[in-house]
Amino acid sequence: MNPVVIYVENVSKAYRLGQIGSGTLTNDLEAWWAKVRSKPNPLLKIGKEDHGNRDGEILWALRDVSFTVEQGGVLGIIGRNGAGKSTLLKILSRVTAPTRGQVKIKGRIASLLEVGTGFHPELTGRENIYLNGAILGMKRTEIDRKFDEILDFSEVEQFIDTPVKRYSSGMYVRLAFAVAAHLDPEILVVDEVLAVGDAEFQRKCLGKMGDVAQQGRTVLFVSHNISAILRLTQEAIVLEKGRLALRASSREAVDYYLSAGNASEGERIWEEHEVPISAAPFRPIALRLRDKKGKVVETIRSVEPFAVEVEYNLSSPLTGLRIGLYLNSARGDQVLTTFDTDDGARFEKYTSRPAGHYVSRCEFPKDFLNDGRYILGINASSYRVRRYFMDEQALSFNVNTSGAPGRQWSEPRPGVLRPRLEWQIEAK
Amino acid sequence: MANAAMVKLDEVHKNSEKWDLIIGPRRNLFDLRLRDLWHSRDLILLFVRRDFVSVYKQTILGPLWYLIQPLLTTIIFTVIFGNIAKLPTDGLPSFLFYMSGTVIWTYFASCLTKTSETFVSNANLFGKVYFPRLAVPVSILISNLIAFTIQFAFFLAFMAYFVLRGTPLHPNWWILLTPVLLLMMAGLGLGFGIIVSSLTTKYRDLRFLVQFGVQLLMYVTPVIYPTSALPHRYQALLQFNPMSPVVETFRYAYLGAGTVNVLQLVFSFGLMLVVIIIGAVIFNRVEATFMDTV
Repeated sequence: MNPVVIYVENVSKAYRLGQIGSGTLTNDLEAWWAKVRSKPNPLLKIGKEDHGNRDGEILWALRDVSFTVEQGGVLGIIGRNGAGKSTLLKILSRVTAPTRGQVKIKGRIASLLEVGTGFHPELTGRENIYLNGAILGMKRTEIDRKFDEILDFSEVEQFIDTPVKRYSSGMYVRLAFAVAAHLDPEILVVDEVLAVGDAEFQRKCLGKMGDVAQQGRTVLFVSHNISAILRLTQEAIVLEKGRLALRASSREAVDYYLSAGNASEGERIWEEHEVPISAAPFRPIALRLRDKKGKVVETIRSVEPFAVEVEYNLSSPLTGLRIGLYLNSARGDQVLTTFDTDDGARFEKYTSRPAGHYVSRCEFPKDFLNDGRYILGINASSYRVRRYFMDEQALSFNVNTSGAPGRQWSEPRPGVLRPRLEWQIEAK
Repeated sequence: MANAAMVKLDEVHKNSEKWDLIIGPRRNLFDLRLRDLWHSRDLILLFVRRDFVSVYKQTILGPLWYLIQPLLTTIIFTVIFGNIAKLPTDGLPSFLFYMSGTVIWTYFASCLTKTSETFVSNANLFGKVYFPRLAVPVSILISNLIAFTIQFAFFLAFMAYFVLRGTPLHPNWWILLTPVLLLMMAGLGLGFGIIVSSLTTKYRDLRFLVQFGVQLLMYVTPVIYPTSALPHRYQALLQFNPMSPVVETFRYAYLGAGTVNVLQLVFSFGLMLVVIIIGAVIFNRVEATFMDTV
């Protein structure tokens, strides 16, 4: 057995809900004065309900989480939004301290919570490599030694003496990841870095991470990208409402996560408390899957058309809003992404939407998906302005292929699509 | 499965060897991790470099601004306080008198205001990655020290010019105290600065307080007037301002006019130590969890 290099011991983290204090000294003094006179705090909101992992005004982002990681292990961490993944990573990377419990670590730990941290737009690529490297914990001599390697990996040699504010976002990310990838820590904590960059670069990053793991280093990998989790990790833990729900092989953990996490009755309804305050003025109400007859279903037939609808409220008018659907297979393959204003005419018509109650409905054609399980995610954003709401695993559903092309053979058919294509067979 | 995990944890307990790092809820108040700070000296120097390079990018005059700022301030002070208000200057040429005050005061004031923004203006960076947080205020002290050196050399040049023209100036052995005076200013600026920066994570009011508080503080420090020009009862009050003896001693050392009060200097030095210790303790506490409040 390899020695244990990370030991997370009964770690809990509490956040006070709402503002901490009230943000200004006078309000705090007022609250304190009221307390002294044993009057109710005039600033406190009344009638707050308790939900799930909330405990009065305290939100337990993590509760008694314990696990160990052995040297050379690659552990995936999965969980829905708000399950405590980021909090756990923040504690591991020492950005914030746990409320209770402790974490013991052997070796140098580095985290990539977000690449490009500390990049200064006015400085050149070269200067930023040094600055960013030092922020991530490298010594100057170490950066000198790896400089060429970093430059090579980043593919931005030509622009290395240009201020990074002139970089395209792709170049920026490549340079940033290049620095981070050459940190050579004994323990690497990675969170969602792969959500950025083009597909080619993502492959390169995943490859680099695989190398790191093979060199006997320990990796903690948090991702929504289930196929990446399956590819890179042998073992994973599932977090649920701040608790450690399961630790098992990655495949088992992913299955558990997919079946336990999201609604599977063909409908996902968001309760008030599930929607972050930051989503306003967008308020999701429901995501539904409807079959040909308009019935809400959990399983659709491949040979029939189906529709997905997003019901939501806008508490104030929004400009540039677009409602997006992500369709992924349960194995993590991305099938498609579509937005309700993809169509040029509709884009013009709905540039701004007044406050009110809406349904954005997307019709999918028949003979489209192959059999298996699929995940629907939604996203509400104004392009390049703000993302209001996102739930990448909002709803899962099954596809039944009875009657679909090729069903005369019982063998499984690879691929996510099952279209009815026109074949011509000519005898020549 | 739960059982297996328990067994594993037990084993960990048994062979509880040396851990390199233990992340716990609250650490010892006086554990400042100065060794971590020393290990990140490369980072501190790169921060200093960043501050220098980035501030003057896309400016025409670039580093000349380091000279323009004190020069213009001095000219305005000379005109307003010297020529119009006719404040006494202990018999010194008013230009040199105000310039010495400005250059010294600027060092303290910029150390204080810049370090006081440590948490709020670096929230984004601090939220992503760990490094000893004290690296930021320390790098600020160093960049300001470099700026001070440039400005001070500028001041010395003017001094030389006045001497060549025959103005009697009397620099003396108190000059040897210069490093101590600089240390005191840096220490006071850092101490007050990190106290404010720690408290601003909760109370944003303090940012405004610092902005004009530093300006007000200048008027109760002998920057634009000599201590000797004050009525006696006010002089006593001035003694409680730790910056007063620093400015007075500085001026006395280089220009040879004014007063040096050793007792006051010692008091200021002691106060600086107290402020730094309080600051470090508060900073240390806030550092651990400030991301939850910012």
